[in-house]
Amino acid sequence: MSAPSKPQCFQELILTLQDYWAGQGCLILQPFDMEMGAGTFHTATTLRALGPKPWRAAYVQPCRRPSDGRYGENPNRLQHYYQFQAILKPSPSDILERYLGSLDAIGIDPGLHDIRFVEDDWESPTLGAWGLGWEVWCDGMEITQFTYFQQVGGIEVDLVAGEITYGLERLAMYLFDKKTVYDLPFNRVDSEVPLTYGDVFLQNEQEQSAYNFEHADTDMLFRHFADAEKECTGLVGKKLPLPAYEQCIKASHAFNLLDARGVISVTERQSYILRVRELAKACCEAWLGTRKKAA
Amino acid sequence: MAELLFELLSEEIPARMQARASDDLKRLVCDGLKAAGLAFAGARALATPRRLALVVDGLPIAREDVSEEKRGPRVGAPDQAIQGFLKGAGLASLDQAEKRDTGKGEFWFAVVTRKGGPTADALPGILDAAMKSLPWPKSMKWGSGTMQWVRPLQSILALFDGKVLVGEIALGGTMKPIVFGDLTRGHRFRSKGEIRVTDFDDYASKLKAAHVIVDAAERKKIILDGAEKLCAGAQVALQTDDGLLDEVAGLVEWPVPMLGTIDAAFMDVPPEVLIVSMKTHQRYFATATKDGRLANRFVVVANTEGRDGGATIVDGNERVLRARLSDAKFFWDQDRKVRLEDRLPALKDVVFHAMLGTQAERVSRIARLAVEIAGHVPGADLGLVEQAALLCKADLVTGMVGEFPELQGIIGRYYALSEDLPVAVADAIGDHYSPAGPNDRCPDAPVSIAVALADKLDALVSFWSIGEKPTGSRDPFALRRAALGIVRIVVENKIRLPLRKFVKADDLLAFFAERLKVQMREKGVRHDVVDAVLARGHEDDLIRLLARVEALQVFLGSEAGKNLLTGYGRAANIVRAEEKKDKALAAKIAGVPDAALLEQVEEKEVAMALAGVERALAPALAAEDFSGVMAAFAGLRGPIDVFFDKVTVNVADKPELRLNRLKLLNQIRATMDSVADFSKIEG
Repeated sequence: MSAPSKPQCFQELILTLQDYWAGQGCLILQPFDMEMGAGTFHTATTLRALGPKPWRAAYVQPCRRPSDGRYGENPNRLQHYYQFQAILKPSPSDILERYLGSLDAIGIDPGLHDIRFVEDDWESPTLGAWGLGWEVWCDGMEITQFTYFQQVGGIEVDLVAGEITYGLERLAMYLFDKKTVYDLPFNRVDSEVPLTYGDVFLQNEQEQSAYNFEHADTDMLFRHFADAEKECTGLVGKKLPLPAYEQCIKASHAFNLLDARGVISVTERQSYILRVRELAKACCEAWLGTRKKAA
Repeated sequence: MAELLFELLSEEIPARMQARASDDLKRLVCDGLKAAGLAFAGARALATPRRLALVVDGLPIAREDVSEEKRGPRVGAPDQAIQGFLKGAGLASLDQAEKRDTGKGEFWFAVVTRKGGPTADALPGILDAAMKSLPWPKSMKWGSGTMQWVRPLQSILALFDGKVLVGEIALGGTMKPIVFGDLTRGHRFRSKGEIRVTDFDDYASKLKAAHVIVDAAERKKIILDGAEKLCAGAQVALQTDDGLLDEVAGLVEWPVPMLGTIDAAFMDVPPEVLIVSMKTHQRYFATATKDGRLANRFVVVANTEGRDGGATIVDGNERVLRARLSDAKFFWDQDRKVRLEDRLPALKDVVFHAMLGTQAERVSRIARLAVEIAGHVPGADLGLVEQAALLCKADLVTGMVGEFPELQGIIGRYYALSEDLPVAVADAIGDHYSPAGPNDRCPDAPVSIAVALADKLDALVSFWSIGEKPTGSRDPFALRRAALGIVRIVVENKIRLPLRKFVKADDLLAFFAERLKVQMREKGVRHDVVDAVLARGHEDDLIRLLARVEALQVFLGSEAGKNLLTGYGRAANIVRAEEKKDKALAAKIAGVPDAALLEQVEEKEVAMALAGVERALAPALAAEDFSGVMAAFAGLRGPIDVFFDKVTVNVADKPELRLNRLKLLNQIRATMDSVADFSKIEG
């Protein structure tokens, strides 16, 4: 593959990462078409991390974190943003070198920058998952989350997956030297129709923040949570882990919205997280069951 | 004599685990060497973010055969004992053991011969065992393997006497084992390829050339010296911090301190916020101006110089800090639009503890308590105390505390000041969690004292009421710290607080006494003296209690005190010995001796002195004149000394005389014990 030139804008950053990880043997998948808090929720990570079969994939995932909304007024915080995720299972012994290769591809030169691996143990209480790894720092900024999965859905993994997650907006702000996310060039500034990240998403941040914090109908959301929980449990019983898992994702997002609306107390919060985890566990177990049958 | 060099190269090891792990490795390997009968001159453990290294000097090239004799159980001992002996000695059956008469009977003996041979043959097993039992706080598996380590292992260097040891570490699963070699790697970015080494000196010097300082102490020195120099050049003072220094030294193999600047736009945000952002989130050292205020420079320690001399690295770090602080500034600006008072309703939605209600309920309890306590705190304005108590938790629902939970209280103080609330109220909000530890400052302003005491008392009484009492190892709600905090606030400010009024549970009062004892012991007060005073019970005023302890300690240090204690001891011993012989005696000798039965002048003297002490005691105790109490006791010493010289207590033929004398001795004991339990004093 010919060395692509360094990315000049947000979309080229995505294209470069896709190109790079495709070269590392990863499938290039598309985003999961549901609201989720992190790229880890994509079935390509959660479910594929389980079981004895090797797997390699990379994809962009839009992430929704309702309580991180700042009405478009904070230059760094968004309630909707993008993660780029690569998952390599089993983790190859040179996975860190491969990761550093991706930094080189997007134009981060370790001769000029200070790259560090700082302890960061990852845990997703809602997914019943944990792993050990690092935040990768570039000149003091976290540019990547790196995790060796040990457990997913409460189940110990057979093969350890290395999960690499880039926060795209933050990385782009760093690469393109922008103080606010909204000034990021989405496409090249010399394009026929040059557009910034703000052109695409500022209004969305303003409106969605208002929705998340002020207008989301909490009664409806409580209902949605209960419905999704019920549907998920029913589908697990019918041995349909994939549709069941989608209901689990729905419940998780309803919980995140309720949390942002501030209607869940600290004690209730814990019990909601546990309820989602129970769903995730059941889905993961059901998934493993169907995979064993297929094998 | 030869050297063992062992290095475990891995992916980045968490900074906080490195020192402990390298020490553990040293201990485990050294234990293994000793168990194998291998003597050595010394061992040294080293660690960097990517490696644990160990060098052991002065090992023998080979061991001789060693035979050792083990004595077993008596011949004919139960089978269990025999089997245990055989297992311990590594024998298959008694045929391999021999009977021997020791003069005290026939015993089984085993002769265990440990084969000698080249040390190099014994080392791989010792290293393998040490690695497998190395206790990481958290470990993981990787790839398709099953081996657990802190992060994936990459290679192992194992040299003995300049030669590679034959050995390997199995990773399990389908993974290839890691074979011992003589290769290592340098800095992740400043060095290319593998490096072959022959011994420790070669290892350390080649690594240095490859941009790795293998010794953490040396890295720390480079950081400190470099940071001091940069600060001197910028005319600011480095705020040193040992914990941060340890951590930073564990994040780099090639430390390069650099000086950055905080954007002026953020310098009006409270300095505590800037410091938390820099120190906790970014691992930067803060600096101070000449007048001690936070300066706008910080020191970041990079892992490389940077081809452009570090300009890109400094610029990048400044940008990261700007991004972090812009969030803090956002909260600082937004939060101040809502008054603390107007935040109180939101506390109804914050649960304090499932069984103890919300923060709003806790605040109303604290406010009630604080006002009541304030009556005992000289100079505490009740109105200000109530206002401060009601507002003390309001900052929990601000954006800033949501982002920086460790700044609770401190942030409330700033917001109170910016609302122009009375300074005493703002300070009390800021101080009410203090003291958070033995080295933390204790509140000393009256309003702060009342609120800080109320906060802790409420926590103790509340958790006590639902049975959440601390146990030896478990204290999830930090109740020990709360009780110690109360003790410190009361003692350091000499607050006359009748604890009994606020604490109904006896075991909670005892819990305070225990904390007081711990604290007094640390200050060098004799624990037996504290025990003696505490044994009297009923004392819930810590200041009075300490005055008693102090007076007693001074008295016991004096000549009169020492002699009186001897007299007390003799009196108490005689009474105790007689009580042992006659169970009914205690009842018979209670009360004042019969004056008519006092025969000798020496016993009359003692009775008179006791009466004098009794008369002096009550007013002195009421006036809390404990030195006066001790002075009165001092008057007992002479008559008691003479009494024991001249008077026989256990007169055989006159039972009523004996009983009366025992009464007298018992009265000495009772009078003295009414102030402190002198039997607890260690002579």
